[in-house]
Amino acid sequence: MSSQQDELKETDTEARFEFKKEEKSAFQTEKGLTEETVRVISEDKDEPEWMLERRLRALEQFQEMPMPTDWPGQPDLSEVDVDEIIPYIRPDVDVRAGVDDWTELPDEIKDTFDKLGIPEAEKNALSGVGAQYESEVVYQNMQERWEEKGVIFCNMDEAVQEHEEIVREHFMTKCVPPSDNKFAALHGAIWSGGSFVYVPENTTVDMPVQAYFRMNSEGMGQFEHTLIIAEENSEVHYIEGCSAPKYSAFNLHSGGVEVFVGEDAHVQYSTVQNWSKNTYNLNTKRAIAEKGGRMEWISGSMGSKATMLYPSTILKGRGASDNHITIAFAGEGQNIDTGAKVYHNAPETKSTVESKSISKDGGRTNYRGLIHIADGAENSSTAVECDALMFDNESTSDTMPYMEINESKVDVAHEATVGKIGDEDIFYLQSRGLDDDDAKQMIVSGFIEPITEELPIEYAVELNRLVELEMEGSLG
Amino acid sequence: MATLEINDLHARVAEEDGERILRGVDLTVESGDIHALMGPNGSGKSTLAKVIAGHPAYEVTGGEILLHLDEEDVADIDAELDDEDYHWKLLELEPNERAALGIFLGFQYPAEIEGVTMTNFLRQALNAKADEREELFEDEDEESAEADDDDENEGYETSPMEGPADDGEIGVAEFQEILSEKMELLDMDEKFMQRYLNAGFSGGEKKQNEVLQAAMLEPAVAVLDEIDSGLDIDRLQDVSKGINALRDEQGTGVLQITHYQRILDYVEPDHVHVMLDGEVVKSGGAELAEKLEDKGYDWVREDAFEAA
Repeated sequence: MSSQQDELKETDTEARFEFKKEEKSAFQTEKGLTEETVRVISEDKDEPEWMLERRLRALEQFQEMPMPTDWPGQPDLSEVDVDEIIPYIRPDVDVRAGVDDWTELPDEIKDTFDKLGIPEAEKNALSGVGAQYESEVVYQNMQERWEEKGVIFCNMDEAVQEHEEIVREHFMTKCVPPSDNKFAALHGAIWSGGSFVYVPENTTVDMPVQAYFRMNSEGMGQFEHTLIIAEENSEVHYIEGCSAPKYSAFNLHSGGVEVFVGEDAHVQYSTVQNWSKNTYNLNTKRAIAEKGGRMEWISGSMGSKATMLYPSTILKGRGASDNHITIAFAGEGQNIDTGAKVYHNAPETKSTVESKSISKDGGRTNYRGLIHIADGAENSSTAVECDALMFDNESTSDTMPYMEINESKVDVAHEATVGKIGDEDIFYLQSRGLDDDDAKQMIVSGFIEPITEELPIEYAVELNRLVELEMEGSLG
Repeated sequence: MATLEINDLHARVAEEDGERILRGVDLTVESGDIHALMGPNGSGKSTLAKVIAGHPAYEVTGGEILLHLDEEDVADIDAELDDEDYHWKLLELEPNERAALGIFLGFQYPAEIEGVTMTNFLRQALNAKADEREELFEDEDEESAEADDDDENEGYETSPMEGPADDGEIGVAEFQEILSEKMELLDMDEKFMQRYLNAGFSGGEKKQNEVLQAAMLEPAVAVLDEIDSGLDIDRLQDVSKGINALRDEQGTGVLQITHYQRILDYVEPDHVHVMLDGEVVKSGGAELAEKLEDKGYDWVREDAFEAA
């Protein structure tokens, strides 16, 4: 059963993400994107008519919209030819909604997630776990005590069937409509899998729920949709992890995330993105925060060939607040274009953005941000801080922090630094016994420390480990 | 007992037409001895210190730097050793390899590393040194055998959410013990350890920290570059106490670069050397430093010219 790849011993952390599995699926669409493809996906999922209609409308919008090409410094998307990808692969798993016991999964899929450490993490630190393989969620489980309190954590396809009314109301309507951008439209047409999280009012889910997205097949696209609804005075932390093995053909990931933060609710959304270096990672993530609601976006963008990701928050209600923390790392051939968008649409709203980026070996990082303070959003405040660290003269880092301030009674702060890693610093550490790589690694982990110290410990450790991974071997 | 032996060392700034700074330095420092290296500004003292440690800004154009070790210096090594393992040509080694063999450089201007706590840094440095020593001293067969072992052990034992197993040679408890001991010796506050490496340290704190690092790493030879500059009298006494302890407690040989007699009142040198124009032109006992304090360097220059 096992392919030759499996015979290779897993030797290091890198191997944990890079291994490949023989492609084995129950159903997959042809390459490319037509109305027929969309109908086939919807039919395979046995979806209600309204969802098919939304998909078809999104497809039209996708076809009408031009590819974004004129943003200064943006990643080159000319290779992204949607007709070259396989938009939908249903893995060979009996239960359509995913199993709730890892041992019921086919060996090769279970083995994949074992290597990524997901079942182990579930035992120790999580309230619930969802695991998506190719286009479908294959595993989903949540501790019973949350179910009893009315918390819902299921895969998005199941939510369409089981929680139809609430999904119909929130799905790509008021938060991320397909018209938002070309890839949101693409996502709307062929989305598959992802998570649905519903937290009833006055409920605090005290351990994070995690979803892990794994693309295994060459040349596929993954388009999972995540919808989080946190009712009044509730609290939840959602963690998203992603990875894929490296192939020669490109892969496309275009996820959609919509978060509804109710009055005085608190949602934290953390992502560790470690896509392989042939993946285009083009996502749309947005939250709407009601009165007193608090949204936190924490993003670590390590992998991918190109990433375009600007999580945004609309501070809709008085006193709502937002906190963005982003870390981006670009090595050879990578262009990581990330940022944050915050719309202050109500008085007394508050946002903070902290961005740290590292580029080396010719890699490029961009911070592209927008802070919009609407007329009447008085007594609002925003603080943006972007720091960039470059390893060499070949690497690039740009900061493009746009601000649209239409209200005078506000407090706005912005700071940006760009620096090159210092030879004297490296020598100092070397003279204490650290080799060149370890010295650089130490300087980088120190650079991102102000951010990692704010993160949950498991998350900080993982992020540090990924940074180490990115730095290994490619230095010198 | 280790010996650092510098023979006819020539070095220049590593760039096209870089200035020649060292012009034939001869100097020998044995562990357990305290040497003071004095000389006017621009005579090449700091360059010598950096070249010993392997700073990439300088290119060695002639001569050699040797480090001779004996049984005592390699007591921690399990591998079978041959003659080569006792005699090292430092110019062929990376800065971190030199550190692992027992060379320490105390910086005149230590780097400030934000975000890295002292504890974290010192523990990693100790572990790196132990690892590097193992690599330097084991023979090639063992090296490849060990690499295979690693393959078996690493991989996916720990989950990505848990982080790597603590695989350093020196465990947290052992480290804390060593550290407390050394800090007490230097009369340093434990609060130091949670601060970021040299970031925002006062000049005096930085120097104290250099001596602490030397105490932690237990080098065979410590080169201290103007460790006394910018210190008030209290701090000077603390730092001096630390330097004496390096020698008395762990047998470190000290090459102390200084402009001033002042520190030599607290750290009495066994040998004093004078450097002029990139060469060591005069050596003597502690009385030489006193003479320099009284009479300056001109007479040394005259002596040196006469001899030449």
